[in-house]
Amino acid sequence: MAGLELLSDQGYRVDGRRARELRKIQARMGVFAQADGSAYIEQGNTKALAVVYGPHEIRGSRSRALPDRALVNCQYSSATFSTGERKRRPHGDRKSCEMGLQLRQAFEAAILTQLHPRSQIDIYVQVLQADGGIYAACVNVATLAVLDAGIPMRDFVCACSAGFVDGTALADLSHVEEAAGGPQLALALLPASGQIALLEMDARLHEDHLEQVLEAAAQAARDVHTVLDRVVRQHVQEASILLGD
Amino acid sequence: MLKSKTFLKKTRAGGVMKIVREHYLRDDIGCGAPGCAACGGAHEGPVLEPQPLDPASSLCPQPHYLLPDTNVLLHQIDVLEDPAIRNVIVLQTVLQEVRNRSAPVYKRIRDVTNNQEKHFYTFTNEHHRETYVEQQQGENSNDRNDRAIRVAAKWYNEHLKKMSAENQLQVIFITNDRKNKEKAIEEGIPAFTCEEYVKSLTANPELIDRLACLSDEGNEIESGKVIFSEHLPLSKLQQGIKSGTYLQGTFRASRENYLEATVWVHGDTEENKEIILQGLKNLNRAVHEDIVAVELLPKNQWVAPSSVVLHDEGQNEDDVEKEEERERILKTAVNEKMLKPTGRVVGIIKRNWRPYCGMLSKSDIKESRRHLFTPADKRIPRIRIETRQASTLEGRRIIVSIDGWPRNSRYPNGHFVKNLGEVGDKETETEVLLLEHDVPHQPFSQAVLSFLPKMPWSITEKDMKNREDLRHLCVCSVDPPGCTDIDDALHCRELENGDLEVGVHIADVSHFIRPGNALDQESARRGTTVYLCEKRIDMVPELLSSNLCSLRSNVDRLAFSCIWEMNHNAEILKTRFTKSVINSKASLTYAEAQMRIDSAAMNDSITTSLRGLNKLAKILKKRRIEKGALTLSSPEVRFHMDSETHDPIDLQTKELRETNSMVEEFMLLANISVAKKIHEEFSEHALLRKHPAPPPSNYEILVKAAKSKNLEIKTDTAKALADSLDRVDSPIFPYLNTLLRILATRCMMQAVYFCSGMDNDFHHYGLASPIYTHFTSPIRRYADIIVHRLLAVAIGADCTYPELTDKHKLADLCKNLNFRHKMAQYAQRASVAFHTQLFFKSKGIVSEEAYILFVRKNAIVVLIPKYGLEGTVFFEEKDKPKPRLIYDDEVPSLKIEDTVFHIFDKVKVRIMLDSSNLQHQKIRMLLVEPQIPGISVPTDTSNMDNSEPERKKKKLQK
Repeated sequence: MAGLELLSDQGYRVDGRRARELRKIQARMGVFAQADGSAYIEQGNTKALAVVYGPHEIRGSRSRALPDRALVNCQYSSATFSTGERKRRPHGDRKSCEMGLQLRQAFEAAILTQLHPRSQIDIYVQVLQADGGIYAACVNVATLAVLDAGIPMRDFVCACSAGFVDGTALADLSHVEEAAGGPQLALALLPASGQIALLEMDARLHEDHLEQVLEAAAQAARDVHTVLDRVVRQHVQEASILLGD
Repeated sequence: MLKSKTFLKKTRAGGVMKIVREHYLRDDIGCGAPGCAACGGAHEGPVLEPQPLDPASSLCPQPHYLLPDTNVLLHQIDVLEDPAIRNVIVLQTVLQEVRNRSAPVYKRIRDVTNNQEKHFYTFTNEHHRETYVEQQQGENSNDRNDRAIRVAAKWYNEHLKKMSAENQLQVIFITNDRKNKEKAIEEGIPAFTCEEYVKSLTANPELIDRLACLSDEGNEIESGKVIFSEHLPLSKLQQGIKSGTYLQGTFRASRENYLEATVWVHGDTEENKEIILQGLKNLNRAVHEDIVAVELLPKNQWVAPSSVVLHDEGQNEDDVEKEEERERILKTAVNEKMLKPTGRVVGIIKRNWRPYCGMLSKSDIKESRRHLFTPADKRIPRIRIETRQASTLEGRRIIVSIDGWPRNSRYPNGHFVKNLGEVGDKETETEVLLLEHDVPHQPFSQAVLSFLPKMPWSITEKDMKNREDLRHLCVCSVDPPGCTDIDDALHCRELENGDLEVGVHIADVSHFIRPGNALDQESARRGTTVYLCEKRIDMVPELLSSNLCSLRSNVDRLAFSCIWEMNHNAEILKTRFTKSVINSKASLTYAEAQMRIDSAAMNDSITTSLRGLNKLAKILKKRRIEKGALTLSSPEVRFHMDSETHDPIDLQTKELRETNSMVEEFMLLANISVAKKIHEEFSEHALLRKHPAPPPSNYEILVKAAKSKNLEIKTDTAKALADSLDRVDSPIFPYLNTLLRILATRCMMQAVYFCSGMDNDFHHYGLASPIYTHFTSPIRRYADIIVHRLLAVAIGADCTYPELTDKHKLADLCKNLNFRHKMAQYAQRASVAFHTQLFFKSKGIVSEEAYILFVRKNAIVVLIPKYGLEGTVFFEEKDKPKPRLIYDDEVPSLKIEDTVFHIFDKVKVRIMLDSSNLQHQKIRMLLVEPQIPGISVPTDTSNMDNSEPERKKKKLQK
């Protein structure tokens, strides 16, 4: 039995997309009433939920407070039922710690933290269904939640993954494509300025191809931005209509 | 644009897993037909022809496209590959099924699709909004796929109707499944079986023979008798192998005996490594090189390998009883110790069938359409094929593929693929030996040729980047006469400080062949240029090999130069590598160069340069030999060809001049310098060449042979061997030295390419160099191209790419190169053998002096120095009384009646062509002197009366 053909000669991927096409994105903001900000996103079959609390006083040990800016606290978790196999993931395992740190890195770059010194912003993200591009989905949903909370930001943080198969860069990898084990790149971008908030790569990729893959990821992140922007505007419009009554 | 469709894909056993995958349906997939308004904006350009007129079919006279189903593609790929079949729509569903079921067919269909002249279009129906089909409840995936194919066929017909009403384009569904066809016709899709369609092609009747015959019809009715036991299904085999009841191994049929075979068991177990299979039923339809599962028989049924030669000659297939009788012959009484593990084939794990070359043995019945095909390789069983053109195919070399081997058939069923030509015809035989040695020799494809530089070609500014201009140097090349692929040139000049500058300039092939493109892939696949006696199978297209890369005189050419600064003692002071442009001042032959060096009157710059090189080369050679490099010898022959007919007129052993060794010396030096450099730079993934030291046991025959002549050969080190070979000097027997060197060559191991990161023994035994590689012939060896690339990266003249620094990929490449080199060598030898036959065919019967090279139990192997020809003189013949033979392994010698033969004895033999077996013609040798009554033939060639009158008559008739 031959392995899966990730990119056919006709240029179609396993799920019927072309190399640079994104999966369908659907998102909603303000899904929880009690949180300061919340959002839900579906990128294909990857589904994630984010809630934001803050900025508020530092909770726990006071010594963690930063004198000049707000502390961004990110926590990631995934539901037991999120993957094909049911598996209990204890809180604070390596993967979720790393994911939390990476989220924090991306959001510290985007949130205007110096406006809220000695305070804390909490971002909690939970993945409900995992089908590739988890990091990207988490960043995107967290952006919407932070926006929903009304925390001032420099720009959206839009993320997308990209891979490399047979000399072609693929944008927005699904689980099948990730599982094939090729090189994989996760990019979080501030689309207006084009600054990179985070860049991470798994597996080996030759230097010569990096530019191509990076370009694919960046373009995909800009596409994500267009979608998220539309979601935000629609949400604001709806909210203003409600307020207007 | 995107329609998302989520669906449950599958559950896997052991912890049920629910897999959900997205499946996007699109509306932007084109139908591939030109002029289609609906798909005008589709991504790819049109692939199919607008008005497909031929092949003319009596069944459907209108223009039409074909749409085959999976089984047609799998089994009738030979038909589809025929140039007559064009305009075929391959559905994605079909392609995926083919991919899962047969990798070779999948590769072939992809090749066909890429060939623009074939107009094959792949339609991604699974992602098309209107042709996607969901699996229904109670429907298995095969039925779903069949339905998907029908839906697509129907869509196509309606779609094309919409396009233009008047030109009546049709899509014809080709399936061999009766039910599927009925359903299709019910749904209004024009459908035919492959056979019906091919038979309706009035213009191409020869296609019918290429149809694969499938066992489901016809064949079964005839002989209901089951000969073989059933093969077990794969799942059972795997279970059995796991539990140890069955063993998995590669099936190797015996050349001598068609009823016997061995199976090499995979794995590390020492016992039962080799299992013998005997008898048709135990062989159970396995074919040479198949991977099979074997069951061991109880010990009381074990047998010993028989020494009987048996060839399958039966014409009538139903003679199974006769077979059983013959099998009984095998079971001669043997002692217990000889018994070996014996088994029987219970199932086939993987078939390794390929197309086979051979000849048709026409059926005795004149009207019969079924004939047996005898492959050239004796290990392959005869194949039954069905053809109407038997009389035209008789006496010709043809290619046949196996389709299957039903249980009730004595022979496998196959179909005719290709007619190569007349037996004995030079071109046909060349084709056969290329095919049998798996030498890729098809003309280069369009895709490959598209990467060639456009003509007229000239050196541009961009080419000059990272390149040194060495056009002012007095460079010249020295090659054999008639050489058009010149890949090396040399220069030597005196520097101001009195030292010498020596440059070796190698054609810069890697400049033209860029990594990863089709041209590169094709060259990597071919691996080496193959030189046959009158033909050259190029590794790179001719434009490169004989023009742009060839360092011809008086034109600017790109080169890769290795430049040394040396003192007059040939000690290297400085080594430098650079990409360059050179302009060769002269392309000389070895003889011309030698003449220039020798004649005192010549004093031009080329000649002085040559003299300088020659002087240095002599010092280098001396130093190399002191270090223990071996000078070996093998009888190499050259044919003088008739310029008109290209028949060989005369044989000549190759002559060696000083200039040959001059060029060789500098090539060795360049190779060693480059090897050091690339290994220094890329310790993990340098491509090097090694020559392992042979195990001492290999030398046994050489030492024994020398002893019989009262000589001592030391084989502890290469140096000792070289010295003792040099000491051999017999005034009465001057040829002895050469003979010993020939023998020594036979003791050596094969030199191989390897990747430095995968091995730690780099030594080159024959050249006595700690490290070695191939750099100097990039036009004819792919290894050199890789070395060029590595070196270019090392000196910063070119950029690297991922595959270059991947040692596993490099190791795979080495494996292919080693295989290709070996095969090329075998093909060359086969070509020489064939030309020798042609030569003796025209020459008739001759008697020549010869030396004994080896002594065997029932024969002597002799070498005829005049022709460089080696042959075997047998002393046992089928229908003659056996002479008294006493073989002594220690000396070694053979005593026949009263005459004793030792190694190196001089004898006289008669050479003649034996064409009693049309498929395997060979040179036959008979002893003339010393005379042994009853064995040797009379000295006088003119009156051969009693020895073999029949054979002589045959000769005269020709």
